[in-house]
Amino acid sequence: MMKSKDIAALLDEPACTHNKKEKSGCARPKPGASAGGCAFDGAQIALLPIADVAHIVHGSIACAGSSWDNRGTRSSGSRLFKIGMTTDLTEQDVIMGRGEKRLFHSIKQAIDSYSPSAVFVYNTCIPALIGDDIEAICKSAQERWGTPVVPIDCAGFYGTKNLGNRIAGDAMVKHVCGTREPDPLPHGAESDTFKVHDVNLVGEYNIAGELWHVLPLLDHLGIRILCTLSGDARFHEVQTMHRAKVNMMVCSKAMLNVARKLEDAFGTKWFEGSFYGVQDMSNALRDFARLIDDPYLTERTEALIASEEARINKALEPWRQRLKGKRVLLYTGGVKSWSIVSALQDLGMTVVATGTNKSTEEDKARIREIMGADTKMVEDGSPRSLINIVREYNVDILIAGGRNMYTALKARIPFLDINQEREFGYAGYEGMLELAKQLALTVESPIWQAVRKPAPWAVSKEISHG
Amino acid sequence: MAEITKRNKALSVSPLKASQTIGAALAFLGFHRAIPMLHGAQGCTAFGKVFFVRHFREPIPLQTSAMDQIAAVMGSEDNVVEGLKAICSKNNPSLVGVPTTGLAETQGSDVTMATGEFRKKYPEYAHIPVVALSTPDFTGCLESGFAKAVEAIIATLVPDAATAGTQPGKRPRQVNVLVNASLTPGDLEALKDTIELFGLRPVMIPDLSDSLDGHLPDEDFSPLTIGGTLVSEMATLGDSLATLVIGASMTAAADTLHQKTGVPDYRFDHLMGLAVNDQFVHTLHTLSAEPVPPKLQRQRAQLQDTMLDTHFMLGLSRFAIAADPDLLNAFSHLLAENGAYTVAAVAPANAPILKHIAADKVHIGDLEDLEKAAEANEAEVLICNSHGQETALRLGIPLLRAGFPQYDLLGGYQRQWIGYTGTRQTLFDIANILLSLEKGEIHPYQSIYAQKRDGEAAHTRY
Repeated sequence: MMKSKDIAALLDEPACTHNKKEKSGCARPKPGASAGGCAFDGAQIALLPIADVAHIVHGSIACAGSSWDNRGTRSSGSRLFKIGMTTDLTEQDVIMGRGEKRLFHSIKQAIDSYSPSAVFVYNTCIPALIGDDIEAICKSAQERWGTPVVPIDCAGFYGTKNLGNRIAGDAMVKHVCGTREPDPLPHGAESDTFKVHDVNLVGEYNIAGELWHVLPLLDHLGIRILCTLSGDARFHEVQTMHRAKVNMMVCSKAMLNVARKLEDAFGTKWFEGSFYGVQDMSNALRDFARLIDDPYLTERTEALIASEEARINKALEPWRQRLKGKRVLLYTGGVKSWSIVSALQDLGMTVVATGTNKSTEEDKARIREIMGADTKMVEDGSPRSLINIVREYNVDILIAGGRNMYTALKARIPFLDINQEREFGYAGYEGMLELAKQLALTVESPIWQAVRKPAPWAVSKEISHG
Repeated sequence: MAEITKRNKALSVSPLKASQTIGAALAFLGFHRAIPMLHGAQGCTAFGKVFFVRHFREPIPLQTSAMDQIAAVMGSEDNVVEGLKAICSKNNPSLVGVPTTGLAETQGSDVTMATGEFRKKYPEYAHIPVVALSTPDFTGCLESGFAKAVEAIIATLVPDAATAGTQPGKRPRQVNVLVNASLTPGDLEALKDTIELFGLRPVMIPDLSDSLDGHLPDEDFSPLTIGGTLVSEMATLGDSLATLVIGASMTAAADTLHQKTGVPDYRFDHLMGLAVNDQFVHTLHTLSAEPVPPKLQRQRAQLQDTMLDTHFMLGLSRFAIAADPDLLNAFSHLLAENGAYTVAAVAPANAPILKHIAADKVHIGDLEDLEKAAEANEAEVLICNSHGQETALRLGIPLLRAGFPQYDLLGGYQRQWIGYTGTRQTLFDIANILLSLEKGEIHPYQSIYAQKRDGEAAHTRY
């Protein structure tokens, strides 16, 4: 089991603006009034997209059984991560203390059957409680079979999903980053005219393959991604993360500890950015150029931005006409609360309220700056509260995570899913087109009238709507 | 209003059309102990029989007047007379239908006169009703043939109110239900159930759900239909409370019934989608003076929920549909109600309803026309009979089978499309098809600088 001291250290994230307030790090979950995942959930979400790793969940069935293969992350090659693996502990294992032995054999079986580049072992509540020493098992398994075996000590009761993200990042920095030097550039990939620079993306999960909208642009500029933590990543890419010149924290503070630790250990500069929205996408490219500090790169970046913006603005024009003036309630966590706002404003939509319960003071300041002082900040994300705001502010569409989807639909409110499980990629210039299309699709659907209309034989009034 | 473009080429390629003649035969198959005898060469019947056998996976009673070379030149009325005599003497049917084929019509055969001659020559079969009608395959399509047969059956078998003394509402719980060719046995079953929920007794005209629903009878063989509406019921239609008419193609049949009986009618172009079913249920509610049963209210709420769940997939999606006019009309409005577009619409023959289809254009043509329109307008899903499979393959889009014939889909003949429940399942199926398209799919891209080494290790198999 992880020591409480170590948990406290993870919660104390000096690079996080939350740290400055009385709640150091992340808030504790409140019994009876909590939604969202546990530390195991967060750790698995953060690392599962590393595609060529055997991800073994050490625990009884509930942890892996209800969570495997349900994420929208995509791989361009290996699909090993799509195979669910768990030690599926039995009552006898727990009583007789056979969990460690089962884990040891499980690791062997995974290596024998699937030849993974590495094995990740996720600890869960029961083995943590009965005292399985997964670190020792991983160490001896690695020695015995020669495949890297990485322990991720992320029992659910340690804390929230956010803590799990950090545990995962911490495990990568501690056990994986810096264990290999980057490959030389592939033959023929070098350019005579410009230098290729190495960077990492941290907290980018390639949901629905959306990073593939961005990669061609980076290739064009000569920016090599050593590793994306963790969308469409490979184990041996994670090993080389320490050699990047710049880290980009993509749309999330969850793995801020990775950027900070890499900065502390290797002096890697980092910035926070987003690929959502035309403006933010361009800014991300500019930030790379700024931190890499190569004048020719800056020049080429500006040229690329100019041509891409011209192209996409033309393509977006008809959609902007259709979406203009539509009113949005955005309910999503942290950084996304402002990064998506700018994307929506780009489309001519009005964001009348945004969720801020996961946002920092800095985020909130930014929201005010972008949206004006009279923007409603929504702290209470309960279904009732969201529905009330929709009615009160005459909202045309609710944009939130998938778990709010059916709340919205039952209340007959148009909805767009913005979280992990979604099936569409919105990143990059190209992603904006998809976002616009999906928004128009639901907002303009004739079904809203149909489901709000009472049956002809019913005397009651039309079902109210915001 | 949809713009209708007519056939503009010599050759029909991958025809969509099935003949009026077999459409008429199908209507007769919805009556109990009935048999249609196509007036034409025997091939007309053989092909029609195979068409329905493959679709319904049932034996199909179908006879022929078997015109030969001599009959074709010298006159074929005798074939009708002798054919009717053979059927009546051998099988003692309750109803014989005599739809004509193109051959008989071209020859100028007078099938009504031939029936009259049969009556004169064989008075011993006077009790067996014979309904003859003109259904050449060079006009119309399956749907119009079906409607014409129902019209002829009504004209022949339903007595005038004045002569028979029938009176609308004399049977206060009985409703006549005129149904078009696009309703499957499953549709008809559901339709009857819904009507019965209001304490009403439906008389289906015709009732394929009782004859061609695919049930295993005790009897090992029957040369006649093994179910369907009793011919004797036809005499009582004038006493019904009301007539419900499903399908725009049934307009003339409905007019005839109304003229003869004076029973008030309520007409519905189709029963797919929320709005039309609301109207339909409301009509039943008004007619019966019964409250709408909780079961139906629940089904309505379930459909609404399904509309919400599926609108993410259906919204802005693009369909190509080829079907007989009523079915084409029904699908186009169902899709429009749910935010989807009919971007290619082809019907085999013209009909007044085509103007009202929810599409910019309707082309009267074949599956080649459909393929071209689907391609030009970037259709994502095809709705068509089983013949659409090759078209769908060439277009590289999925096919939802609907209409006649469906020879490569078990159970297709009896699937329910209509009502709240049928619409709900249709929306689910369409949404699942759209999901399978992986729309918004972003093509995997690997950086030219990537360190990935997929393909080197064994794990890339997974």
